[in-house]
Amino acid sequence: MTTATSNGALSFDGIGMIFPDGTEALRDITLSIDKGEFVTVVGPSGCGKSTLLRIASGLLEPTAGSVEVDRDRLGYVFQDATLLPWRTVRQNVELLAELHGFDSGERRSLSTAAIELVGLTGFENHYPKSLSGGMRMRTSLARTLTLKPPLFLFDEPFGAVDEITREHLNEETQRLFQSEGFAGLFITHSIGEAVFMSTKVYVMSARPGHIVAGFDVPFSYPRRPELRFEPDFALLSGEVSLALRGSHS
Amino acid sequence: MTLQASPESEVGAVTAPEDQSSAPADGQFAPELPDDAPKAYRVKSRRREAAETILPPLVLGMGVIGLWYYITFIVIDESRRFLMRPMHDVVNVGFLDSANLTEMLSGLWSSTKVALVGLAIAISIGFFLATIMSQAKIVERAVFPFAVTLQAIPILAIVPLIGFWWGYGQTSRVVVCIIISLFPIIMNTLFGLLSAERSMHDLFTLHHANRFTRLRKLMFPAALPAVFAGLRISAGLSVIGAIVGDFFFGRGEVGIGQLLRRYANNLQGEELLAAVMLSSALGIVVFWTFGWLQNLIIGKWHETVQK
Repeated sequence: MTTATSNGALSFDGIGMIFPDGTEALRDITLSIDKGEFVTVVGPSGCGKSTLLRIASGLLEPTAGSVEVDRDRLGYVFQDATLLPWRTVRQNVELLAELHGFDSGERRSLSTAAIELVGLTGFENHYPKSLSGGMRMRTSLARTLTLKPPLFLFDEPFGAVDEITREHLNEETQRLFQSEGFAGLFITHSIGEAVFMSTKVYVMSARPGHIVAGFDVPFSYPRRPELRFEPDFALLSGEVSLALRGSHS
Repeated sequence: MTLQASPESEVGAVTAPEDQSSAPADGQFAPELPDDAPKAYRVKSRRREAAETILPPLVLGMGVIGLWYYITFIVIDESRRFLMRPMHDVVNVGFLDSANLTEMLSGLWSSTKVALVGLAIAISIGFFLATIMSQAKIVERAVFPFAVTLQAIPILAIVPLIGFWWGYGQTSRVVVCIIISLFPIIMNTLFGLLSAERSMHDLFTLHHANRFTRLRKLMFPAALPAVFAGLRISAGLSVIGAIVGDFFFGRGEVGIGQLLRRYANNLQGEELLAAVMLSSALGIVVFWTFGWLQNLIIGKWHETVQK
């Protein structure tokens, strides 16, 4: 895995994945994400989206093709918040800095800043069991933010929270994308979420997973919540939806 | 992690309109305040809850005492009444006679020491075995059948062998405690160590955590709830082991097992029943102590801690 070219954050070249049991999860995926891009892959459940992320992060080796990415400080946001229940919000947020050997003074300032970024100031000493689903996700985001990763991988992180919370988290994620300047690869099955946050949306089909369409999202940042009710937004969402249906026959 | 029956909805259901003054304006804070908001509701329900918790066992207990007297004075013929002395005699002879009480308490203390030493050794062995089993599948495969065998051995069947090897003193009593309490510690600890979710392991993998860090920061803390469940079982078993061991091994200090045996042989019905009650009390105290420790150590973060 060589470091990507100066402008690229992540690129997949002809990725294929066949599991030992013979299931073909991915076929010939080629796409790249530049710095300053927020790319979403939208597809039905079980189409291999998460497999693609696991390959990007190095948790899984593809059976074909290659990945170019700098995995030194990769941000990975999981489907569930994956908080350690015996740690408070602050201790959870400091975990990655701890694993990377930062001293306690640095950890403290990194966690304070990250907790503020996600709006959890005042909740530092709460345990996960007393947090709502949305707040757990924010804690998880803050934990990832402490390392200031140049690339964020999001594995359907907001699938388990309610609709209103999801919209809030979408707004915050695109705000963080702007303010922190990371590149993002976001996996979801929600078209609204994909179009709202991304600079580009790819549609993936199932069995085996491959890219069937790609859309540029022209809306400027920061994106206001009202964007969701504008005609252009609806039009683009409709096109993505059509591509998704076409692939799903 | 996915099973929370959403704390929000719970709060929504119990927050009466008049409580809203005490809840902060920001909706985000609502899930944090279940202790504060519905206070009036809580106090009332607690009193009622207490009554509902205490009354049924109280009534049953009184029924049992009634049955006891019924058997003593009506069912059993007077000539055989030594078999089941009335409760007030048991209390008078067993608990209010200071010589008898001192004898029993010192026996109980001797057995408690044996149980605690045995339990401590079983915990050390159990933690060590479970930890290496969690690190190497091959060790798990090798040890597992023997751990199950250990559990399956009827303790009475090997008591003569233990006496044969380790003599009839304190050592053999401790060995009985270790053998009887080891299995739940190994199994629960191992289960706990392996209970951390895959995504948490992925997180540690992504950030290049080594084996030791993973064990210390992820697997050990994740194991604690299961470890405590195992400890509560094992602590009770260790008490049984100490009494059984003491019953069979007569050398050295006199424990509660020896006393039970002596009282039974001498037809001392009152002392026998009192000693049985004290033994049960020891079991209960040990069980509670570990429950209390569990609450102290993991209560503030664990989702479902038994009260």
